[in-house]
Amino acid sequence: MTLHTDPAAAPSRRTKPRGALARLVADPLGALGLTLIALTVLGAALAGLSPHSPTGLSPLDRFSGPTAEFWLGTDNLGRDLFTRVLYGARVALALSIGATALALVFGLVTGVAAGFGPRWADNILLLILDAMKSVPTVMLALVLVTFTGPSLWAVVLVVVLVNGPAYARMARTQTLAIRNADYIEAERSLGAGGARIVFAHVLPNILGPILILAAMDIPIVVGIEAGLSFLGLGVRPPAPSWGTILYDGFSYIRDSAWMVIAGGIPIVITALGFTFLGEALRDTFDPKLAKR
Amino acid sequence: MLSYGLKRLGLSVAVVVIVIAALFVMIYAVPGDPARVALGPRASDALVAELRARLGLDLPIWSQILRFYGSILQGDLGRDVISGAPVLKVILAQLPDTLRLVGGAMLVAVVPGIVLGVISATHRGSAIDRLTSVLSVSVMAVPSFVIAIYLLLIFSINLGWFPAIGAGQGFWDVAHRLVLPSLALGLAWIGYTARILRASMLEVTGQSHVRTARAFGISDRRIMYDYVLRIAILPTITVLGLGIGQMLSGAVFAEIVFGRPGIGKLVYDAILARNYPVVTGTVLFTTVFFVAVNLAADLLIAWLDPRVRHDLAH
Repeated sequence: MTLHTDPAAAPSRRTKPRGALARLVADPLGALGLTLIALTVLGAALAGLSPHSPTGLSPLDRFSGPTAEFWLGTDNLGRDLFTRVLYGARVALALSIGATALALVFGLVTGVAAGFGPRWADNILLLILDAMKSVPTVMLALVLVTFTGPSLWAVVLVVVLVNGPAYARMARTQTLAIRNADYIEAERSLGAGGARIVFAHVLPNILGPILILAAMDIPIVVGIEAGLSFLGLGVRPPAPSWGTILYDGFSYIRDSAWMVIAGGIPIVITALGFTFLGEALRDTFDPKLAKR
Repeated sequence: MLSYGLKRLGLSVAVVVIVIAALFVMIYAVPGDPARVALGPRASDALVAELRARLGLDLPIWSQILRFYGSILQGDLGRDVISGAPVLKVILAQLPDTLRLVGGAMLVAVVPGIVLGVISATHRGSAIDRLTSVLSVSVMAVPSFVIAIYLLLIFSINLGWFPAIGAGQGFWDVAHRLVLPSLALGLAWIGYTARILRASMLEVTGQSHVRTARAFGISDRRIMYDYVLRIAILPTITVLGLGIGQMLSGAVFAEIVFGRPGIGKLVYDAILARNYPVVTGTVLFTTVFFVAVNLAADLLIAWLDPRVRHDLAH
């Protein structure tokens, strides 16, 4: 049992500076993450090549196990599960990237505003962000969906409210740190306006760490969508989402396990893919964060 | 300590006040008249008007929101639309089952989490450290309901080791039926615990009092338990406080997959039945619980570690 006292002994220090992508792929975790994501993206891109329809019913083929025609079997309505999984990747990717982008915009706007604004506005915003964070994630999602009704947009709203506050806090902290720096003072004395300072100095400085945080949050977003859809409160049937496949399949788990197997595996693949990529990104580009 | 505690308490109260206001706005903004929704489409206008007056819906909005705060302060979270029972009573009846599940999940999270965290920190950079780190982020990434479904499929349905449905009766039956749902709910928190403990131990190891202890020739083992772990364990308390609060509502998935009674099942059924008072009541209850547990964890840390209260009180 030895305790290392030297915090600078991180293995990444030994690697020579190289291109960003090369460094990412050199990290086994990064390579694995990229592979899993590529698998998901490929599935989403090639979904249209499937001879089956994601929503077409085929009552004669209900509850089929995997065959040469139906690679992952069929569901209770005779729909090809493999095709539904591929189309589900489109829903999952579009939603997680779109909703995360909205959460980022929300976080950046409120965070930079809080950082630049007067003290009282900053305090009020902080209190509201604290309040948003104080409602347990699952309850926040459930209560919003109860009042908006289940839909794709309800899921997007949930994601913005769940993940947005963290981005806002990070943007605020970084803005406060930059706001009083000497070079900003110099810019201001040269006559630069607020907009120029935000776009030329603040945003480029804070975007990197926030983007890494967002990449690591994608599994949470995939989980929120699939979780709400599994409860029947997210993406509406017959749209093919991995969560709705699990929702349909759970009723038949005893006799036809193929449905829950087909619905769950892609969630695991995507969640692990983005998590591994996020870890590798952080280790590669942001040693400050890696210490946490 | 007192000034820090009061500040922290004030912040918690302010947060709960805001959450209640947000809930009120949501209830107020719901399309349709709550009185008509509660009575059904065939109720007469006179009956609806009477219920509106009884619920205070004919009062101006500021007066309604004051009434809303007033009744919550008295522990009145409204009435279950279907059974007519007070919502708080309905929630408290379901609480023990969920608390047992959260207790089981904490057991799953804490023991392996601390062991793995200590091993990783003391064997930094080794194969076991890297394996723990990958496993930690993996269990944190996969949603608990997917884990729950696969546990059910493998260990209940295929292997038949555990019953699939219900909370059971008698100590051994209850414990037996708790195993899989606790695993599903607690697995992710093994990762959170191990990770935070490792990071915190490495940070403490770099501090000067540890260097001094080493210079005095104190053994590595004693340094780790007496000088490092005692301080490094503190952030773990925060994470576990967060965990208890999140688990209480995250239990909804384990409860539905394993057919267990509890708070999560209660709120899910209420959503499907449009039983709004039960939904908002449960959200408020779990939020207050969440805020209270986090407050307790912070105060516990401030009490254990004087540095925290000095830093934050000023």
